[in-house]
Amino acid sequence: MTPISSNSAVSSGSPVATRLVLEQAPKVPSVRRTSRLRLVVLTIGRKLISAVVVLWGAATVAFFAQLALPGDRATVILNIRDGQAQQRTAAELAPIRAEYGLNHPVLVQYWDYLRGLVVGDFGTSYQQFRPVTAIIGEQLGATVTLSLTAILFAWVLMVVWVTLTAGRGSRVRSLGALVDVVVAGLPAYWLGIILLLVFALGLRWFPVIGGTGLNGLILPALTLAIPLAGFMAQSTRVEFERALDQPFVVSARMRGMSDTGVRLRHVLRHATIPAVTLSGWALGSTLSGAIIVESIFSRPGIGSVLVAAVNSQDLPVVVGIVTLVAVFYVAVNLLVDIAYTLIDPRLKSS
Amino acid sequence: MTAIRSTTRQAQRIQLRRRPWGLYLAGLLVVFLAIAAIAPQLLATHDPYALDYPAALQGPSWAHWFGTDESGRDLYSRVVFGAGQSLLIGLGAAGVAIVLALILGSLAALAVKPAAVVVDRFVEVMFAFPALLLALLLIAIAGPSALTEIFAVGLGTAPGYARMIRGQILAAKNSGYVEAATALGHSSARIVWAHILPNALRPLVAVFALSVGQSIVWSSSLSFLGLGVAPPSSEWGALLDAGRGYIIQASWLEVIPGLVIVAVALAATTIGRHLQAHLEKGEK
Repeated sequence: MTPISSNSAVSSGSPVATRLVLEQAPKVPSVRRTSRLRLVVLTIGRKLISAVVVLWGAATVAFFAQLALPGDRATVILNIRDGQAQQRTAAELAPIRAEYGLNHPVLVQYWDYLRGLVVGDFGTSYQQFRPVTAIIGEQLGATVTLSLTAILFAWVLMVVWVTLTAGRGSRVRSLGALVDVVVAGLPAYWLGIILLLVFALGLRWFPVIGGTGLNGLILPALTLAIPLAGFMAQSTRVEFERALDQPFVVSARMRGMSDTGVRLRHVLRHATIPAVTLSGWALGSTLSGAIIVESIFSRPGIGSVLVAAVNSQDLPVVVGIVTLVAVFYVAVNLLVDIAYTLIDPRLKSS
Repeated sequence: MTAIRSTTRQAQRIQLRRRPWGLYLAGLLVVFLAIAAIAPQLLATHDPYALDYPAALQGPSWAHWFGTDESGRDLYSRVVFGAGQSLLIGLGAAGVAIVLALILGSLAALAVKPAAVVVDRFVEVMFAFPALLLALLLIAIAGPSALTEIFAVGLGTAPGYARMIRGQILAAKNSGYVEAATALGHSSARIVWAHILPNALRPLVAVFALSVGQSIVWSSSLSFLGLGVAPPSSEWGALLDAGRGYIIQASWLEVIPGLVIVAVALAATTIGRHLQAHLEKGEK
């Protein structure tokens, strides 16, 4: 692991560091063709199982988080619903206990909760009397659109910036790396406000708030994309500069390929691999960053639902959204891992 | 591979030999903040709570360096007086994160097999929740307050550090000197205390500096959402929350406290990186 990459990973609390460590496992010489299929299937199976274990763990954390609310749960639910804090009579509590299954032992509740999750039932909101899935479902589209647009923007920004600045003169290089670090550390709330002031209030290119459709999407997506781009650029830059010194680059240059051609057609393909492995993390980070961005730009989405639910201690909604994001994270990571297993010729048998 | 790596090392060494102006700037900012945290009256130009309605919502000027808020309070003095609480929350959260990460990371790397696997999986599960969401989950349970904020941010950022610490310890565990110590017949407790932990945890000093910067950003995000320290306080995130209604008339109420947070986070990152580079140089 080069010092640069380990630094950048630490500064933003990312999985890069551990990933790079994993990738340094000894390379086993390629196995026989016949056993490769078996190995691939085995590896994918193992990854599937470990993803399921992580999801099960996440669901368990989510369930016990709901139990952690201090006080008698039925009373808490009633008080949250009415916005009061008072003692309740047994007659008032009985229907709530029945509705939320609180008269069963905890283990039975846990089992019911897990069973519910498998069929897509995230429980019932304390405040709105409605299933959590309905509440999330109404808002999910807007947030996922924002998140995916942000990831797309981040890739474009990152590829352009790294291709232009990596492996140039020392001035340009250090400027490029400096911008990566500074930009990756920008808090979403601040960046969002600056973009809002410059492009919506100053230049009037975009609507200040709301703004449905594409126009209202660009500034919020950029707010999420810029730090993400800086972050991905840090690991891409290291690989990019390493790939520039590789024999295949020299041979491409000897064939008379232009510098831009080499960068775009050969180097970039190698350099973007670490950024691809960050996809799951990127989705999680843009989904959670969306909470802040939606709040700045007054956009609808699960972020605003989540903030309201945290304020009113509507735990099933909070837990539902948190679990859903974890599911996305695990699913995307699993897909990336599987893609890797299929592509990587030096599959490890360990 | 090794040739390339050594050239990047050389490049880094050259960079280090140059005067580290960034580090000096960061140090200056830290000294300034330390004074602001301990004795804010030395640096403030006004009483941070003095209402002065005729002077409300004025832009930055010689009289009010950072402008004034909707009640005519001097923003610069409020930022100075908010430094103590903001830094305390940042340091506290970083402390919680590192302690949690240390416990989980070393258990995952050093405990007996089944326990280690369970802890390792647990860390992986926690890592699947983005930091901000984990923090919000805790706030939903405990209700918003400065103390919750410290623990929420600490808990949110801990899994990432736990994974890192685990990696460091495993690397130390598989190193030659540990093998040598085992061959010499040292007890495993002695090997852990005398060899593995000191070597694996040396980078923690740098990580702590980085983590303080990150924690300040995360906790101000929570306050900005109205889920941390509430506005009458002049904690920086609370200043941002209070200024949200005035983005159009008085953008400095958002831009300047945000800039202060960005500057502090950058300073912490710069110091952390220099520490890291220094430690890595010392290893050779």
